[in-house]
Amino acid sequence: MTSYRLDKGGLIDRSSALRFTFDGALHVGHQGDTLASALLANGVTLMGRSFKYHRPRSVITAGAAEPNALVELREGGRKEANTRATMVELYDGLVSKSQNNWPSLDFDVGAITSLASSVFVAGFYYKTFMWPKSFWEKIYEPIIRRAAGLGTASKLPDPDKYEKSYAHCDVLVIGSGPTGLMAALAAARSGKRVILADEGSALGGSLLNEQEEIGGQSGLDFTRGVIAELSSMPNVTLLPRTTIMGWFDGNIFGAVERVSDHLRVPDPYEPRQRYWKIHAKRAVLAAGAEERPVAFGGNDMPGVMTATAMRTYANRYAAAAGRSVVVFGGNDSIYRTARDLKSHGIHVEAIVDSRKDSKADAAGVPVLRGALVADAVGGKAVKSVHLADGTHINCEAVAMSGGWSPIVNLACHRGKKPVWDAKLLAFLPPDNGPAFTVAGSAAGKMLLSECLADGAAKGAVDGKPIDIPTSRDEAFAIAPLWWVKESHGKAFIDYQNDSTAKDLPLAAREGYSDVELAKRYTTTGMATDQGKLGNINAIAILAEATGRTMDEVGTTTFRPFYTPVSFGAFTGPFTGHHFQPVRKTPLHDWAEEQGAVFVETGLWMRSSWFPREGEDWLASASREVLNTRGSVGICDVSTLGKIDVQGKDAGAFLDKLYCNTFSTLAVGKARYGLMLREDGIVYDDGTTSRLAEDHYVMTTTTANAAKVMAQMEFAHQALFPDLDVTYVSVTEQWAQMAVAGPKSRATLQKLVDGLVMTDESVPYMAALEVSIMGGIPARLFRLSFSGEHAYELAVPADYGSMVARAVMQAGDEFGITPYGVEALSIMRIEKGHVAGGELNGTTTAGDLGMGKMVSTKKDFIGRMMAQRPGLVDPNRQQVVGIRPVNQADRIRAGAHLLKQDDTPSMKNDQGYVTGVAWSPMLDMWVGLALFANGRARHGEIVQVWDGLRGHRVMAEICDPMHFDKENKRLHA
Amino acid sequence: MRYNVFSLIKNSFSGHKNWEPAWRDPVPQKEYDIIIVGGGGHGLATAYYLAKEHGLKNIAVLEKGWLGSGNIGRNTTIIRSNYMLPGNNPFYEWSMKLWENLEQDFNFNAMVSQRGVLNLCHTDAQRDAFARRGNAMRIAGVDAELLDREAVREMYPFFDYENARFPIKGGLLQKRGGTVRHDGVAWGYARGADSRGVDIIQHCEVKGIKVENGKVVGVDTNRGFIKCKKLGLATAGNSSETAKMVGMRLPMESHVLQAFVSEGLKPYIDGVVTFGAGHFYVSQSDKGGLVFGGDIDGYNSYARRGNLPMVEHVIEAGVAMIPSLSRVRVLRSWGGIMDMSMDGSPIIDKTHIEGLYLNAGWCYGGFKATPASGWCFAYTIAKDEPHKLNAAYRLDRFKTGHMLDEKGQGATPNLH
Amino acid sequence: MLIPCPHCGTRPVEEFTFLGDAAPTRPTTNDPSSMEAWYEYVYLRNNPRGAIEEYAHHSGGCRSWLVVSRNTETHEVFGAVTARDFSKAKDAKA
Repeated sequence: MTSYRLDKGGLIDRSSALRFTFDGALHVGHQGDTLASALLANGVTLMGRSFKYHRPRSVITAGAAEPNALVELREGGRKEANTRATMVELYDGLVSKSQNNWPSLDFDVGAITSLASSVFVAGFYYKTFMWPKSFWEKIYEPIIRRAAGLGTASKLPDPDKYEKSYAHCDVLVIGSGPTGLMAALAAARSGKRVILADEGSALGGSLLNEQEEIGGQSGLDFTRGVIAELSSMPNVTLLPRTTIMGWFDGNIFGAVERVSDHLRVPDPYEPRQRYWKIHAKRAVLAAGAEERPVAFGGNDMPGVMTATAMRTYANRYAAAAGRSVVVFGGNDSIYRTARDLKSHGIHVEAIVDSRKDSKADAAGVPVLRGALVADAVGGKAVKSVHLADGTHINCEAVAMSGGWSPIVNLACHRGKKPVWDAKLLAFLPPDNGPAFTVAGSAAGKMLLSECLADGAAKGAVDGKPIDIPTSRDEAFAIAPLWWVKESHGKAFIDYQNDSTAKDLPLAAREGYSDVELAKRYTTTGMATDQGKLGNINAIAILAEATGRTMDEVGTTTFRPFYTPVSFGAFTGPFTGHHFQPVRKTPLHDWAEEQGAVFVETGLWMRSSWFPREGEDWLASASREVLNTRGSVGICDVSTLGKIDVQGKDAGAFLDKLYCNTFSTLAVGKARYGLMLREDGIVYDDGTTSRLAEDHYVMTTTTANAAKVMAQMEFAHQALFPDLDVTYVSVTEQWAQMAVAGPKSRATLQKLVDGLVMTDESVPYMAALEVSIMGGIPARLFRLSFSGEHAYELAVPADYGSMVARAVMQAGDEFGITPYGVEALSIMRIEKGHVAGGELNGTTTAGDLGMGKMVSTKKDFIGRMMAQRPGLVDPNRQQVVGIRPVNQADRIRAGAHLLKQDDTPSMKNDQGYVTGVAWSPMLDMWVGLALFANGRARHGEIVQVWDGLRGHRVMAEICDPMHFDKENKRLHA
Repeated sequence: MRYNVFSLIKNSFSGHKNWEPAWRDPVPQKEYDIIIVGGGGHGLATAYYLAKEHGLKNIAVLEKGWLGSGNIGRNTTIIRSNYMLPGNNPFYEWSMKLWENLEQDFNFNAMVSQRGVLNLCHTDAQRDAFARRGNAMRIAGVDAELLDREAVREMYPFFDYENARFPIKGGLLQKRGGTVRHDGVAWGYARGADSRGVDIIQHCEVKGIKVENGKVVGVDTNRGFIKCKKLGLATAGNSSETAKMVGMRLPMESHVLQAFVSEGLKPYIDGVVTFGAGHFYVSQSDKGGLVFGGDIDGYNSYARRGNLPMVEHVIEAGVAMIPSLSRVRVLRSWGGIMDMSMDGSPIIDKTHIEGLYLNAGWCYGGFKATPASGWCFAYTIAKDEPHKLNAAYRLDRFKTGHMLDEKGQGATPNLH
Repeated sequence: MLIPCPHCGTRPVEEFTFLGDAAPTRPTTNDPSSMEAWYEYVYLRNNPRGAIEEYAHHSGGCRSWLVVSRNTETHEVFGAVTARDFSKAKDAKA
């Protein structure tokens, strides 16, 4: 046991006792701990295993960039793999498990890969596992997959809820350290609407971790004062536990607020996380800088961590990494580290400063100047370090500091690249203009006083300046320190992915010297921390190996998300049944009363069939058809798109939209219309009725209602803006029902006010405005999709169910039945009417047998392109009917058609079955098909080849109209 | 140096200091017989097959960025040949056959993994469409299976079968479909082409194409003018801009497609699955990340990055299909530029300019096509006529009305 | 991305549906000799890397078709007019 809890200090509540487990062992921590700090405080330093070599690992950081201490947090449907222990706020009852080891974290068999690590270099897998060929999928890959990956994800549904929210502000400040606090304060005092967001559990950023002095008080007291002021201002929104994860076009920021992740379970009615889209007029990025590790042998050993992390654990969490420490680095901050540790009573064995000429000092701690730590020695814990000059120092922990990398990620999310500063040894953010500025150490301001001033200035850029408090600066001087080549052990660059310093020159030698190729070949920067710790070191090593400057090598692309985001956050409440809204027709209640089985049709729920006792779908649909064709049936057709078109040029407009003509339609009549796309292919069909000289009502198919509306709006506004016409979708305003069958007229007659329904008063294709049931306004159309003498009755939506019940009552004496879309579909196939299967976006009017409808006398959408040779080729597939030669045989939709004696091959493929139905009228399966030159081939016997389902029957090609070819029933 | 386990062990004894570069870094010559513009998958594969299948020498590939920096390095790594139309089906099946022997052919482990591609269906109409597609595949000798709901549940019991807004009714499975390590494809072709004498010239941007008397004579680049007898354009999302250099307008728009990867996980999902009631497809890489994507953002773009609405749209669909994804984390998103053609199918053809050949319009299906595209483009360039496998990918098919529209969306590129 | 709808003010991109380049003009004749012009209108696009004027339907808002000026490389939005005004201005120029 090397790490331990300090006797005093820290922002923890020692009066609280939070019990938690790690790999089943029970520990106790305090309010204010993270899982990482609590583990350290309990002497647990072995927290995980690395990806490739399964090396024992502990924390390297105390923050969001942590690559090593990843755990499986929580259990069951709440289990979260790869959770950074450094970011988990401790709560009572927390359950965590280590990852990527077997049988245990302490004894991990996977670590044998370390023995062969001389073979397992970067990209080794591209060079082997190729023989024998079949072994890749059967042997090698399954082993690799089991060994790879990190945590195990739950396969149970997540019981928690998520929310989505929008926010708007004048100034978004990202990060609440000294820079961010000053920026927020300056903007807020100028009256701006400010949002201050920070990924930490509390606002204050580095001020919570460090021993600072600002305005004559401690950094902590300064922070509390500023937060108190900001909290009191109505124009300020404070968002702790909120990570700004991406910067997008329009100055929109994505953010995730971890509302309940610090609790065992969310409070009632509270989400686990809240996803924000924040539109900021301008933003100030004050994300700080990330300390870089140094590449030396064993720099991944438990006990080795960044100096900032070690300070943070001691200062904030009262957790010591070890009883004796070596501090190693190439910049002045190592002295501060030694001083802080000493102030907590932690023994600092030595400061190892890579610079020969540094003058800095930390009272009483031996300083070795011009010295390098070459190797950490130990195994699962540091026991000592070897210096490059052979010196040996016993210690339990190593604090390292290679320098700082400004956290520029967000500033680069919209395509610009950061710029190398050779003096600061840092990539600085690119200029993104006034709407997105970067302040403080994220912009390379390395002194506290600079950060305070820069934050204040950038927060107040369009407001009043504020006073800047005095502060005590730490010295900042830095020399390059990337890779200690005297190391014997592995020197890690990307900890999690186990890529080492030697992998990068190897990549360069093999031709992968571009930074992007080196990344991909060695996987450096591709772990869950996305290179936050290792990438700059990698660039430096690559630069040296190839004789280029840092700028010439450049960075890989910074991309969202700054830290990983749960799927749940992006999903919000739109899960399960709420994935998409449900549209119910005005007749839904009525259909439900009638026992309808509903089916998803786009967003709609349509009544599919109405089973009576013991019926399956086929029995029910067959009965519905027989009943309708035998007497009368009623069907909800409200989902058809309905568009009201009015104006002087309404007819002219419809003439543009449809390939046939509507301006000549008589008032009181309906006409079937076919709409093309501009490329000449059929887009949609439906009936349009003329209710008055300047008033039409169009119908569209259910599937295309929204698209047709958009197309109309485009045609009118962009193509034909001079037409005097208005139109509006009234799909939801009208309930519409088909009443079909020989007794349909007798049924409806009982409801219609003051109109004797005859073939003269309501002729075929009539479209009349009537009143029913003593004054309910209605539209009565004599239309038929079923092929029966039939009507469609439209009433204002709120009357829908009531009128449907009245129709049922009126038809009771005739034995009326409700029928659903299954029966509708059977009847349309019996009658050869085209629908979605034939209007598939690749068929022409000619293919559908409607070539004669296409006007040659007017301009309309699609006219010209429909004349191209490929669209008028007689060998195109055309709609035909199809029926089995043997009445008992079943044909299936999606089967392909072959000539009688042909073998199945693509060359012999003649077409396919677009839709089938069991016809209760004909007592057999009948279908429609698209068949090459089909209209000329009625009577031909073909194979219906359904190799997919192991099925083949012979069938006859026929007219699409299977039933009542003379349309006697329509006019009966 | 051949790659195998023995060379790997041998090199480990010398600290891996003696590996030869996988490809040279040549200085451009003044003249080549054939120049391919675009060092992505299709361009590199074209060069590889020109050298290997047609025995041609004196070939250069010019890449404006780094090798494989285009869509070959930013796709979701899926391969499949589940196409329906006669103009497409044999081409993609040929591509699949090339995938199946690729690694031994170019001596590079690109991790071709035929893990199966399953497309889910949620309505009867979708199932009928899958039956049509599956039979089109089977009739052409391509494997396909139609699964019912229970068969899907057996494969993936953790999908949403109980509470789904659009219940899973079944799926179309192509077992030979799967995934390939995308970068490995670029590198394998590059190494194979280089070893056959092809000059792969990175950071060499073509700025202009010189045509004299209706014939290509060379290209202006940031590294000077380079003469050539034949010029093949394989510039993916930039095709329109490249074609503009010779005054051509193409039937396509450039759009950004985002893709995503999750944090690494122990084996979670075995094959490739596509959702049928929203835009979402997912597979798991050998490294453990769930690689997934959805639809293009929808607006014309050359930006290689997208916006949040499509991120939400894709991930909502993902959780609708697999509820337990809710607590998995998305690590990274990125974008690639797709040249979305007017019928959703590509162009591999000659042009009206002698010696100029075009390979373009792959929408977001270019990766799986890489081997066959390179193979057919090489044939078209070498023989100055299309192979029958790419005979339907004509540039003039829109003029004649012979579109290859698998989705039936028409001349609206962002719907394909 | 934010689109300044002339009717609704600045609105987020998710309210809009895009239909590509607004530069092509629908031919006014159905004469067989116009086939080439029709083909170009329906199929050929400049597809610029840089400034574009692009159709966008405010489908989740006022349902106006707009023409948005935008940069396809940076996604910077310069402005938007209604498609109606755009068409009329184009006609006036022609």
